[in-house]
Amino acid sequence: MTKLEMGAAAQTAVKVEEKLFYNRYLVDAGRPHITVRPHDTPSAALLALTRICPAGCYSQADGGQVEIASDGCMECGTCRVLCGESGDIEWNYPRGGFGVLYKFG
Amino acid sequence: MSQEKFDAIVVGAGPSGNAAAYTLARKGLNVLQLERGEYPGSKNVQGAILYAKALEEIIPDFRESAPLERHIIEQRLWMLDDSSYVGMHYRSEDFNEDRPSRYTILRAQFDKWFSQQVRDAGAVLLCETTVTELLRDESGRVIGVATDRDNGTVYADVVILAEGVNGLVGRRSKLREELQPESVALAVKEMHFLPKDVIDARFNLKGGEGVVIEGMGTITEGMTGTAFIYTNNESLSVGIGCLVSDLAQTGRSPAGLLEAFKNHPSVKPLLAGSEIKEYAAHLIPEGGLKAMPELFGDGWIVVGDAGHFVNAVHREGSNLAMTTGRLAAETVADLKQRGVPCSKANLRAYTKRLEDCFVMKDMKKYKDIPSFLHGNRHLFDLYPRLVSKAAQNWFRVDGKDKLTKEKEILTSFRKGRTLSGLLGDAFKMARAWR
Ligand SMILES: Cc1cc2nc3c(=O)[nH]c(=O)nc-3n(C[C@H](O)[C@H](O)[C@H](O)COP(=O)(O)OP(=O)(O)OC[C@H]3O[C@@H](n4cnc5c(N)ncnc54)[C@H](O)[C@@H]3O)c2cc1C
Ligand code: SF4
Repeated sequence: MTKLEMGAAAQTAVKVEEKLFYNRYLVDAGRPHITVRPHDTPSAALLALTRICPAGCYSQADGGQVEIASDGCMECGTCRVLCGESGDIEWNYPRGGFGVLYKFG
Repeated sequence: MSQEKFDAIVVGAGPSGNAAAYTLARKGLNVLQLERGEYPGSKNVQGAILYAKALEEIIPDFRESAPLERHIIEQRLWMLDDSSYVGMHYRSEDFNEDRPSRYTILRAQFDKWFSQQVRDAGAVLLCETTVTELLRDESGRVIGVATDRDNGTVYADVVILAEGVNGLVGRRSKLREELQPESVALAVKEMHFLPKDVIDARFNLKGGEGVVIEGMGTITEGMTGTAFIYTNNESLSVGIGCLVSDLAQTGRSPAGLLEAFKNHPSVKPLLAGSEIKEYAAHLIPEGGLKAMPELFGDGWIVVGDAGHFVNAVHREGSNLAMTTGRLAAETVADLKQRGVPCSKANLRAYTKRLEDCFVMKDMKKYKDIPSFLHGNRHLFDLYPRLVSKAAQNWFRVDGKDKLTKEKEILTSFRKGRTLSGLLGDAFKMARAWR
């Protein structure tokens, strides 16, 4: 393994979900604030989100389509910057008071 | 919502919005501030270094009541490769002064405190309220905002957009273009708790002294970015950030980069035994002057991160946020006092105020830095490796004569990068810095 590959292997071992347990959220049940436009084949940007969303909200379904589960979203806006304009996703803030609640920030 | 018409509506209760609302309220204006979080700070993330000067201009005696963590007496700049760092450290007893100039803070707590001052000054704050769009009259002038509350429209003479980096209201109201992936960095950060005496011992501190470590190098794997460790009273803020464009291109996971940084042999012992209590992510606008949107128009004015006011090289953002918030408020209060409307022509005075102080001077001075950093991956990979190798060669006493060592160091640089490449980088850097 080259150094780079080792780095990548170490990275995939990180469990983002475990990190999210440290945080507090008020989930607006049944009203996700981000939705992915239905598609057959995901764009490169959508695919990138499955790796770079810091909360690991994006994943690939069996058929290859990209899906989102926005409960752990930290509202950073990265996916909005990458995929908002193209229409791949629709992004809104959660309703006032909902979403992530930082204690320290 | 309220039928009353306000002198000003401030969207957001971060440092820029709080500075604006506080200044307006103190000048006797009728201010409504809207914040989407449950409380001010609940959505906000920073390193976080507070620069005293910007806050002093607004609340001179802030030190008496603000939740400050430690004052900074030492700055460490680290250039890291996989197993080492080459560091530049500056520590001075002079920083143990009556009115220190830099403190670590925790934003969720600091924003709450600042917001209390704003309300004490007389502004009305409504939390859990997301502004959805700007309201305009037939002439296109902004006359208020719509929110996600029932009957949630509210009117004012001017709307101050202090909504932070995502700037959704401004974008949706077509006041600005969408952010470009190469103009924003995504930072992830963890809060690591340790007893105060452990932090003091590990970082060579006493009393309320604090240390800042800024790191760059192979930890970002060639991407434009930096990492940091800041000492708080009983915790360490540990984070790393890279340009969104670089992350999208490499597909690197930010959480993975943070984990690798925490496990770097120079970092790991500093964090040993800590309890993690939070994981956060936030964007930083790093595109500089060239990425700045329109800052004002008929009935609206932009401050802080929403206006892209960040000096990424010096890691300054909150001070620019507070200063622009204050200057925008002074501009508005001045117009109000003169009895003239907040029209585009009249709000132009804001630009003059920005240009007369460090804000625009620094934004202009550093205007070429973002493109220089973005186009130069060597800075974040090759050079740190070469510098570390050179240092190691120099410090190892292995029977080799010093002249041979010097030659080896030079050769390693030339092999890594052609001489013209090296000179070219130095030249571009000098030009961008000018
Ligand atoms: C990891 C990290 C480290 C940093 N380190 C430093 C540092 O050490 N020193 C420094 O000076 N700067 C630092 N910065 C930059 C600094 O945090 C920002 O420049 C600063 O927070 C900008 O203040 P602001 O008020 O403009 O925006 P924000 O602090 O983002 O505040 C915006 C507010 O508006 C609210 N809001 C947004 N949209 C709406 C809406 N539609 N309706 C209602 N409310 C809304 C948000 O909830 C938020 O409270 C750092 C940033 C990051 C991410
Ligand atoms: S806003 Fe940030 S955390 Fe939320 S889904 Fe998008 S990339 Fe992930």
